Formats: sequence, structure tokens, C-alpha cells
Amino acid sequence: MRSFGLNDVWYLLIATQWTIYLTVVAFLVGGALGLWLAVVRTGGSRFGNGLALVWIRSFQNTPLLVQLFLIYYGLGLFGFRLPPFVAAAVGLICYASAFLAEIWRGCILSVPRQQWEAADALALTPWQIRWYVILPQALRIAIPPTVGFLVKLIKNSSLASVVGMTELMRAATAINNATYQPFKVFLCAAIIYFLLCFPLTMLSRRFERQLDVSTRG
Amino acid sequence: MTYQFQFGAVFARAELLIDGFLLTLQLTVLTGLIGLILGLSCAVIRTYGPRPARMAVATYVEIFRNTPFLVQLFLIFFGIPEIGKTFGLRWLPSPYMAGLAALSVNIGAYATEIIRAGLQSVHRSQVEAAESLGLTRWQVIRYVILPPALRNVYPALSSEFILLMLGTSVVSVISVEELTGTANLIQSETYRTFETYALIWVIYFALALVLKGILDAIAARFIGRQKPPPAAAGAAHA
Repeated sequence: MRSFGLNDVWYLLIATQWTIYLTVVAFLVGGALGLWLAVVRTGGSRFGNGLALVWIRSFQNTPLLVQLFLIYYGLGLFGFRLPPFVAAAVGLICYASAFLAEIWRGCILSVPRQQWEAADALALTPWQIRWYVILPQALRIAIPPTVGFLVKLIKNSSLASVVGMTELMRAATAINNATYQPFKVFLCAAIIYFLLCFPLTMLSRRFERQLDVSTRG
Repeated sequence: MTYQFQFGAVFARAELLIDGFLLTLQLTVLTGLIGLILGLSCAVIRTYGPRPARMAVATYVEIFRNTPFLVQLFLIFFGIPEIGKTFGLRWLPSPYMAGLAALSVNIGAYATEIIRAGLQSVHRSQVEAAESLGLTRWQVIRYVILPPALRNVYPALSSEFILLMLGTSVVSVISVEELTGTANLIQSETYRTFETYALIWVIYFALALVLKGILDAIAARFIGRQKPPPAAAGAAHA
């Protein structure tokens, strides 16, 4: 049996880039989908709102792990032989879209009503109202919780290891199987995750404080 | 598509699923309670304790909030016995105990942050008024600060509780046979993978809705109905 050494740390760092790719893809695509859902949810259509709500709740009220299993095995049934990266990405995209949609809906709703009315009085079209008046203001409030969710997404990407995608967590499991020094291996993985997440957490807190000061003044 | 869905094979093992479901409930309630007690004490220490204790709690919270639960679980289940061995201790946690411990310390860290925000939301003037009435420091915390603080953060705590319930599924990875764990077992016996996970997906969904209903009812009974936020109230008028 070999021992946990520098080569293994290097291997973990290489695997970390897949954790980052997975998170970035889930965040960008899930974010685009989530923004659209948030706009639909705050629009007038009751039908659209209901449909968006069903999508959001079905990913918010079920474990991500079960979602990943369902997507990984479910899409297989329909004849798609998906590589684990794609299955994991699809799962995390759906998950991110649901949570980001609800975060951003709250931000859109917190823009004062008068802003909608004033924009309406200026004869802007519904899309212009959203794009030029509401979303820019909502964006400011949205930054701290969005960065906070990004941290959550990095952490939850570790579940992709369970459906066989080789990212940081799965690489750690593989090294553990070879060295059987779980404490060192997983501590090392934990430190890498911490180094990814903690700066973002601090950033989110700083944005929050800035927002606090600017809205108070 | 030529696949034929067969839920029958899965339903035939309903007993296993019920056991798994009960274990999920048990884990959720137990870790919820332990996490709440842990969070409450840590939040009080973090806000009013002496400086070294405050730093220790802050470190605990940041470590557990900034690493994945799966890593924490593996460190406790695989890592601690290894460390124990080097100190001559033979402690091998059962998967259930390791899962329970990992879930509790994890949720405790989140609860600490939430409750701390609640403690800070109580206005200074309240504390000053209580102090001028001659209440001791502990009395101020217990009777003046905690009740409104907990009321303020109840919604955040209850949604964290639901996330905890969903999070218990992860302990299936170390072969705890809660709902997801039994599903893993059933799908490996029946090869009805999609049907099995679809079924527990629905069960989790229903459980989340029921828990939310119960938590809202508790809020309505003991806290009074939450006022809707002003923005939503405005939208309702229009």
C-alpha cells in the first residue's frame, strides 16, 4: 500500500478544475434559466406562474442526490447514454435554476411598486420596464445572496461524485481507496473546498455590508 | 421509446421503503433538535461569550459552512477512526452514528449563523431598558433578547429544517438505510432503477410539503401569523 503524498495533492488539484467547470456551467446555464423563471414568476400570467412554480418546487423540495440519480438513470432509459459530466451538469443546472429563480424573484419584488408605475406612465413596454428599470435595481440587492448560492453550488457539486463524475470528491475517494489514509485525503479535499468557498463567502458578506450602508444612508 | 415502466416490483418492497422513510424522519427530527440546541448555545457564545470562545465558535461555523457535507461525513466516518487508531483508541462508529453526528454538527453551524442574526436584530434600546431595570446579563439574554430573536428567525430556521430533511439523503452514501439508502437497495435487487428513484422523489416531495405545513401551523399557533412583506402586500392590492 502506498502513502498519501505530494503527487496525490497534485491529482486532487487537477480534479478540482472539474469541480470548477461543473459549478460554472451549472451557475451560468442554471442562472439564465432561473432569471427567465423569476421574470415569469413576477409577470402577470397566472398560467406561466403556475408552471414555473411547479418546476421550482419540484427541485427545491427534493434531495439533489435523488435528482441526480433520476437524471442519470432516467435519461438513460430514453436511450441517451450520457457521460457522467453531462448528467451531473443537467442535474445541477435544474437545481440551480430553481433556487436562483426564487432568490431573484424576491429581489425583483423588493423593487418599490412606484418604479413599475413610473415606468409604465412613461409608456415603456413590459419588457422595457423589466430590462431598463426593474432588473438593474434588483441586481444590486441580488448580488450578496447570489454569491452565497454560488458557495452552496460548489459544495453540492461534490454529490456529482456519487453518479460517477470525477471531480474533487471522487478523486479523493479514489486516492483513499489506494492509500487508505482517509483522514489525510479527505482533510486535504476539505481544505481545497474551503479555499474555494471561503473567499466567496467573505465577498458575499462584504457586498451585503455595502448594501446595508447604502440603503441606510 | 420501448421501455416499459414497472412500478409493481418496487411496490412489492413497500415494507423496506416504509422502514427507510421512518429512519429518514427519525434522523431529521433528532438532528434537528440537536442542531437547534447546538446552534442556540453557539450563537449565544458567539455573540456574548468571551473573545477566545467567540473565535472558536466562529471557526467552527466557517469550517462547516464552507466545506461540502459529503467531505464532513467522510472525515467523521472514515477519518476519525484512523486518527483514533494513532492515539491507540479503537472507535469505529456505525454508519448511523456517523451520519447522525455529521448531520448534527453540520446543521448546528447553519443554525448558529441564523440565530446569531436573530440576536443581532434585537434593538439596543431593549437591552438598555432591561439593564436599567437591574436584570442580570443572563436574564437579559433569556427573557429580553432570545424570544423576539427566535421569532424573527423562525422562517429561516424552518426552511433550514426542510433542507436538513432533504440533506439526510446524503448519508445513504455511507450505507445508512434511510429512504434513499433503501431505494439504492431496492433498485439493485429489482433493476427498476428509474421507478424506484421516481417513487422516493415523490415521497420526499410530499414529506417536504407536510413538514412545511406543520412548521407553518406551529408558527401560526405560537408566533402569530407572519405579516407579508410590504412588496408582496402592495402587489396584492393592485
